[in-house]
Amino acid sequence: MTLSEEQLAEELSDGAIMRVPSRARVVAARFFRSAQGRIGFTVLALMFLLAFAGPLVSPWSYTDKDFTAFMQPPSARHWFGTLQTGADVFAVTLRGMQKSLVVGLLAALISTALAAVVGAFAGYFLGWTDRTLSWVTDLLLVLPAFLVLAILSPVFGPGQWALFVIMLALFLWMVTSKIVRGMAISVKQREFVQAARYMGVPPVRIIFRHVIPNLSSLLIVDATLNVSTAILTETSLSYFGFGIQPPDVSFGTLIADGSKTAVYAPWTFWFVAGLLVVTVLAVNLIGDALRDAFDPSSSRGRR
Amino acid sequence: MAGFLVRRLLNYAVLVTVAASLAYLLAAAALDPRSNYADRTPKPPPAVVDAQLTALNLNDKTPLLQRYATWAGGVLRGDFGKTVTGAPVNEDLKRRMGVTFRLVIVGLICGSLLGVLTGALAAVRQYGWFDRLTTGLSFLVLAVPVVVLANMLILVATWANENVFGRHVFLVSGEYSDGLTTGFWGHVVDRLQHLILPTITLSVGLIAVFSRYQRNMMLDVLGADFVRTARAKGLSRRKALTRHALRTALIPVMTYFAFTFGALLTGATFTEKIFGWHGLGEQLINSIFSNDVNTVAAISLLAAVAVLAASLASDLLHAALDPRVRAG
Repeated sequence: MTLSEEQLAEELSDGAIMRVPSRARVVAARFFRSAQGRIGFTVLALMFLLAFAGPLVSPWSYTDKDFTAFMQPPSARHWFGTLQTGADVFAVTLRGMQKSLVVGLLAALISTALAAVVGAFAGYFLGWTDRTLSWVTDLLLVLPAFLVLAILSPVFGPGQWALFVIMLALFLWMVTSKIVRGMAISVKQREFVQAARYMGVPPVRIIFRHVIPNLSSLLIVDATLNVSTAILTETSLSYFGFGIQPPDVSFGTLIADGSKTAVYAPWTFWFVAGLLVVTVLAVNLIGDALRDAFDPSSSRGRR
Repeated sequence: MAGFLVRRLLNYAVLVTVAASLAYLLAAAALDPRSNYADRTPKPPPAVVDAQLTALNLNDKTPLLQRYATWAGGVLRGDFGKTVTGAPVNEDLKRRMGVTFRLVIVGLICGSLLGVLTGALAAVRQYGWFDRLTTGLSFLVLAVPVVVLANMLILVATWANENVFGRHVFLVSGEYSDGLTTGFWGHVVDRLQHLILPTITLSVGLIAVFSRYQRNMMLDVLGADFVRTARAKGLSRRKALTRHALRTALIPVMTYFAFTFGALLTGATFTEKIFGWHGLGEQLINSIFSNDVNTVAAISLLAAVAVLAASLASDLLHAALDPRVRAG
């Protein structure tokens, strides 16, 4: 078929029959074909539903205190039991879950965006830009993240959790940015980037239009896996009192309080711990399934 | 090679200096050692507090840069200054390093050996029941944060002590019991009882990571030509696998081992804190709570050195074990 014939055929077919499936659709189809992807997605969706719709059906809010029931086991009145203060464990847990999910998602998005920009600039420009950016990356890898976050924790204060998210993201991006840098160097040699350069497109626009979109599969997978890392880091920091500050609650603060009373009041610990593990597991499953969906050759069917 | 190494070491020295300085400045600016003295009852006179803080180089009325200069001068002479209570930091950290070292080395050896074994077995029977089981388990383990795992173990151990053994078999706090009069073997048993839970906490995560890593490496190698050649020259399957496949697949894992060791020196923070081992990681958390600027700075410096030394060691180890790296 010659080019004009092809065009003619395309016009005749209304573009409906000859439609090439988009990459997003192919990836989504592969993702949902794997059991891992389906389970992970369903579970995470359920978790979100529970965290944000659950408080609507619960008779208690997370600030309510039931002064007739201290440290009571689960019952029809309090589904997950109550704490020493009379707070409803179900309501408090969902509140903590909201915070942890939002913190995890935002921190992952910010850190992956940062990794993409820093890595792409370093890999595209090379020379002094590369040396400076790589040096900063190395420096942040060497500084103990936990220490810096912990020292700065008084700054976060109550209600300052947005600042906490940014600080958390600041310590998650380094490894990815090194990978992005390496890939940006190779993308830079590709014809479409060369063509854009010779057409006089400014370098910054090339990076955002051509380099970063071509690394999107890596970045999406990385962002997903960063969500679980961010949730785990947030939990550990909050556990020791360096993260989310009271009166806000998160998985970390709840687990810290629950572990003290868990021996004689198991409901204060196991519900929170279980929900945390299930959430992180679901995120990890999604990340793994996404990686396989983007790059079928890397999946287990390699041999 | 020598020039490359020198340049790299120089770069590392600069990184460590900047990282430690940043940590000191950050700690000195954000932490408030004055509150340790000024908030005592009865309230000491301000002049006494000032004199005490100045003696420890912690007085926030001295300009930050001047305090930094004093601290940096001390560090260059190998003196990390005094803790907030006046004891030398060096002594304290030296003792704690030993504690951390004992904990990490046992955990890491257990974790990596079991992990490599699991990964290799899983790879040999890919998609067998063992492979599926370990894959599922490692996914589960990687989703459990250390703080949750440690607390779960403590709960299970307390339950087992009460209901299964009827006496304290698992001890959940500290490195050893004080005032034990049971002779040498009694001490050994006591230490082992304290060691079990933290070691499990440390190694479970490592087993998961190492087994995934080893499995993938092993799968890459199993289809390689040299394994087929080994079979063709008459080696049994078992011998070909252990002598040729496993050894080649171990190279990247060894370098990962070196790297993890450096990272764990402060990475065992949560385990140490929860199980009450008085190691470096625990002191990191305590020193932030007690506004102990000099200790915070000293531990950050140690952590930076450990991470860089580990990454250098893993690169050198890789070059030493893998001829392909040396050639390239």
